[in-house]
Amino acid sequence: MHRFANPARFMRISTAVLPWCGALAGLLLATGLVLALFVAPADYQQGEAVRIMYVHVPAAWMASFVYAVMAGASAVGLIWRHPLADIAARAAAPLGAGFTLVCLVSGSLWGEPMWGTWWVWDARLTSVLVLFFLYLGYIALVNAFDDPSRGTRAGAVLALVGVVNLPIIKFSVDWWNTLHQPASVFRLGGPTIAASMLWPLLIMALGFTLFFVTMLMVRMRAALLAARLRALRMAASEDEARAPRRRPRAVGEAD
Amino acid sequence: MDWVAHFLAMGGYARFVWPAYGAAFAVLLWMLVDSVGSYRKARRELDALERRSR
Repeated sequence: MHRFANPARFMRISTAVLPWCGALAGLLLATGLVLALFVAPADYQQGEAVRIMYVHVPAAWMASFVYAVMAGASAVGLIWRHPLADIAARAAAPLGAGFTLVCLVSGSLWGEPMWGTWWVWDARLTSVLVLFFLYLGYIALVNAFDDPSRGTRAGAVLALVGVVNLPIIKFSVDWWNTLHQPASVFRLGGPTIAASMLWPLLIMALGFTLFFVTMLMVRMRAALLAARLRALRMAASEDEARAPRRRPRAVGEAD
Repeated sequence: MDWVAHFLAMGGYARFVWPAYGAAFAVLLWMLVDSVGSYRKARRELDALERRSR
């Protein structure tokens, strides 16, 4: 695995993969949008409001999925001290926070017409709000240190502790049966949702996933460039500090 | 144009459906602008630094 996780190799591979991944993400999101707004039927109970599902559910899946990616990368970074894993964890956090925000906002906009309330302190909603704060806490923590590697390590511990929230989110609708409906796609015995709604939902979810992968690659590339920039600047300032003024350079001394 | 108005009305749920799609669009757009922007910024600064040291 280390062979694929080398930063130079990552830059090379991502240069080749990035345009295709981005194009496919755009295509899937556009298709999903058309299907969700024009092709998918209105619900016999919820009417047209059911269309909120096609942004709410993919965003909710991504909120948990991105956290799992972030925690997995954090574990690899902690255990094997792998620089790419650290960079991946840091790059994933703002994206996960974004998806969680979409989930919370669209859920609120769905709750008001269907449940008669924008918000309720039910187990599912509360655990997703906790997830949002975990992302924000992680971002604040990793940026709170002058030494980025110390920040990443502190953040990794927080990310791993927060993993306990993922099964709580997933099973909250079964353990505490309140307003939020239980799972209708990823459940034992198969999906209970109609195929005409399932397909647009899955295409939209795949579009969200590829969009995330594309953005993750872009952010990791940006972070690798930034790390090189930091190293070059540090080397330049050390050279300046070390070299006494007006001392002639020794032959062969590094520039 | 009747079908457009009918479509936009979303069966009376327009004020819930469109803000939900708008929020998703805004956040995804922010992800795109922020990610690509940070890459371009790092690239630009790195190129400038490497040009100067040459």
